[in-house]
Amino acid sequence: MEFSDIYNKVGAWLDGSGPDSDIAISSRIRLARNVAGFRFFTHADASQQNEILSFIHDRLMATSLKNELWYVKMSEATAVEKQLLTERHLISKDLAEGNGARAVALSHDESLALMINEEDHLRIQVVSSGLRFKENYRRICQVDNMLEEKLEYAFSPQYGYLTACPTNVGTGIRVSVMLHLPGLKISGELEKAFRAARDMHLAVRGLYGEGSEPIGDFFQLSNQITLGKTEEQIIEDLLNHAVKPIVEYERRAREKLIKERPDTLDDKIFRARGILSNTRMISSEETLYMLSYIRLGIHLGRIKDISLKAVNRLFILTQPAHLQNLCHESLSPADRDRSRAELIRKELRKSC
Amino acid sequence: MQCQMCNNPATVHLTEIINGQKIERHLCEECAQSEGITIKSQVPINELLNNMISAQEGIQELGEMRCPQCDLSWSEFRKRGVLGCPNDYVAFEKPLRKLIERAHNGATTHLGRIPHRGGGQAGQQVKLLRLRQELQKAVETEDYEMAAQLRDKIQNLV
Repeated sequence: MEFSDIYNKVGAWLDGSGPDSDIAISSRIRLARNVAGFRFFTHADASQQNEILSFIHDRLMATSLKNELWYVKMSEATAVEKQLLTERHLISKDLAEGNGARAVALSHDESLALMINEEDHLRIQVVSSGLRFKENYRRICQVDNMLEEKLEYAFSPQYGYLTACPTNVGTGIRVSVMLHLPGLKISGELEKAFRAARDMHLAVRGLYGEGSEPIGDFFQLSNQITLGKTEEQIIEDLLNHAVKPIVEYERRAREKLIKERPDTLDDKIFRARGILSNTRMISSEETLYMLSYIRLGIHLGRIKDISLKAVNRLFILTQPAHLQNLCHESLSPADRDRSRAELIRKELRKSC
Repeated sequence: MQCQMCNNPATVHLTEIINGQKIERHLCEECAQSEGITIKSQVPINELLNNMISAQEGIQELGEMRCPQCDLSWSEFRKRGVLGCPNDYVAFEKPLRKLIERAHNGATTHLGRIPHRGGGQAGQQVKLLRLRQELQKAVETEDYEMAAQLRDKIQNLV
């Protein structure tokens, strides 16, 4: 598998097939692990960093995962290719832009990603459409077990899996859900929901996780505490005490809007439609805002002639590195804004 | 000012409000004590300074704490935000425990999944760290015979 295989399509987690995926777009589980007997990545010198990388690579390829994984060494990928992977939510900005011996191993449908030498030696990630935590958890435990047969994890009975940052110690698990909440935004109830989430020690972030600002009406909700509870408890707390209630509030907010302010709703949706169908130059930020309303319009049955598939494709393909990847010459921001507009108009014409 | 009970100079000035009325009393130390008024003793300036200095040194001492395996100091960790090696959880146990407690809402004990290999291999893990450290030194000092021996030892453990 190579970059030319993925640039024109969308990962399985964005195919809209999962339960409640109209509001809970995707759910993700990540485990942080370090190999015993080595320093943590940032404190290791270049030769030990390389040693850790080849150690993990060799052991990974000795598992039954070897045939389904595409291995990408960061030092062998171009800046555009690395950013492409970040835009697809497969690697973090840290892995893409950091120095040193780093890599990622990806499954072909992009549901599994193993970052090697990010903040920890291993960050295993499983992501899928909608709310499918049970299956995701089962899968990630499988991968964790497979790896643990081939290498020994840094672990203490007291503190659990030992991580470079004490805020991840213990289970090393981060559970997160990507939510689309335009209903709560329009009805002004978003802050209330987030305050409740923060009171439960949950983090609320933008589309790209740590350090990103919320754009459009897309948010990521995740746990912050990783010690003192079992992995299942952490998943359950997030799911039952935060995600499911918020999904329910969003549904009710949308129903209320249809009943009480259909004109306000339709105006926002169809203005967005107008802009995207006619734009000649558009930024990636504005695109996300517009796509957010189109997506709402489709789920509420207001827009019937644009497919969810097209919208999901646009989410990924309109991003900067994806656009640059289609072009040989280096694109200026203005060039990108133009080619983005062209891509959007083409996709929407195809879909109708 | 003179003590209201004897003729010595007054050093204790007490203001009482009883039934909405302000009553001021001026007494010398002896009379005040005999009246049952306890006085907070003045801490001499140099004692205060000494307390401040040893608190600072306490912080300095803490900052100088190092992990024997990876040579990271506590103050370096606080600056960078990340630890140097798994043994830091042992080397910095006391202050780290407080930090962990705060970060995880009071929790200090792992309750979740355990590696199948038992996870009680802490001794072996430290051994591996130490061997790797020694191997690096052997390579640096060009003691290749020692390096080869160490490499074998590591292979056997892993």
